[in-house]
Amino acid sequence: MREEIFWMILGMGIVTYIPRLLPLIALSTENWPDWLRRMLSRVPYAVLGALIFPGIMYAQETIWYGLLGGVVAFFISYRGAPLIVVVAGTILLLTGVNLVL
Amino acid sequence: MDTTVHIEKDHSLRQGLTAGLSIAFGYMPVAITFGLLAGSTGLTVVEAVLMSMIVFAGAAQYMALSMIAVGAGAVEVILATFIVNFRHLLMSAAIQERAEPSSKRYRALFGFFLTDEVFAVSSVKEAPIKAPYILGVGLVAYSSWVGFTAAGYFTGAVLPPVLQESMGIALYALFIALLVPSIKEAGRPVLILALMGGGLHWIFQLQLATGWAIMAATITSVIIYELVEQRGERKS
Repeated sequence: MREEIFWMILGMGIVTYIPRLLPLIALSTENWPDWLRRMLSRVPYAVLGALIFPGIMYAQETIWYGLLGGVVAFFISYRGAPLIVVVAGTILLLTGVNLVL
Repeated sequence: MDTTVHIEKDHSLRQGLTAGLSIAFGYMPVAITFGLLAGSTGLTVVEAVLMSMIVFAGAAQYMALSMIAVGAGAVEVILATFIVNFRHLLMSAAIQERAEPSSKRYRALFGFFLTDEVFAVSSVKEAPIKAPYILGVGLVAYSSWVGFTAAGYFTGAVLPPVLQESMGIALYALFIALLVPSIKEAGRPVLILALMGGGLHWIFQLQLATGWAIMAATITSVIIYELVEQRGERKS
């Protein structure tokens, strides 16, 4: 392995790890004001929205396939299916649509 | 008493490993493509797999490849990686707020695995989230990421093209599957937060770099939500 690549990878690893690590070992949120803790507890849902959109429109060759996948995933999970079933089901259905059309 | 605690811990680790399977599945096409691209960018298989092992961050690793391809230096790549992955600070803080107390060493361990996906799967779990659960999710996701990087490097497209194409939806299906039960359970607040997160991300990503747009959209969403809610409470 080239030495420069090795140091680059190590550096990338360190700068990735630091933001993931710091709040876990340095923050104690118990003494934070309620409003700040409430905001923090809402972060997951806003993040999920941001992770889904607009990326889902570019997940497939056309915007419509991506959105179709989203609608399918929504209905499968709305019926209470486990995560893995939602993921596999959506893939299979899109594959089917791709094969047919 | 001691044994009860241990049994409980083993249980949540196993739950985490199971929940991580959907991420493992979703990472498959992304990691395979990364391995393939790493090869065509001129990285050796050891370098490609080592990057997946040490960095474990999809978007940043793809970016590194495109930067290496145009001859960027190590410092530039590291700086760009820092910028793209800084968003995890916010996710890690949210996990810290929801996770049950565990030793610093244990948190330092599962913190390594906190990608967007591992965060998403772990954080929608009802608080307090058990530390072994997060670790379990992370370990399965990590194994898939590293394993399929190697597979992609050697074999290229292992999957039939039509399936490889459809699998691009996997992680989005996962995110939706994580969101829907929370919407069913908590209703409007979750839906509004997710819609704001997505809508603002759409606007911000036109201007901001990858990672920052997600972070800015998230922070703006929770601030607006809090302000509007406070105002509503004062009125009533």
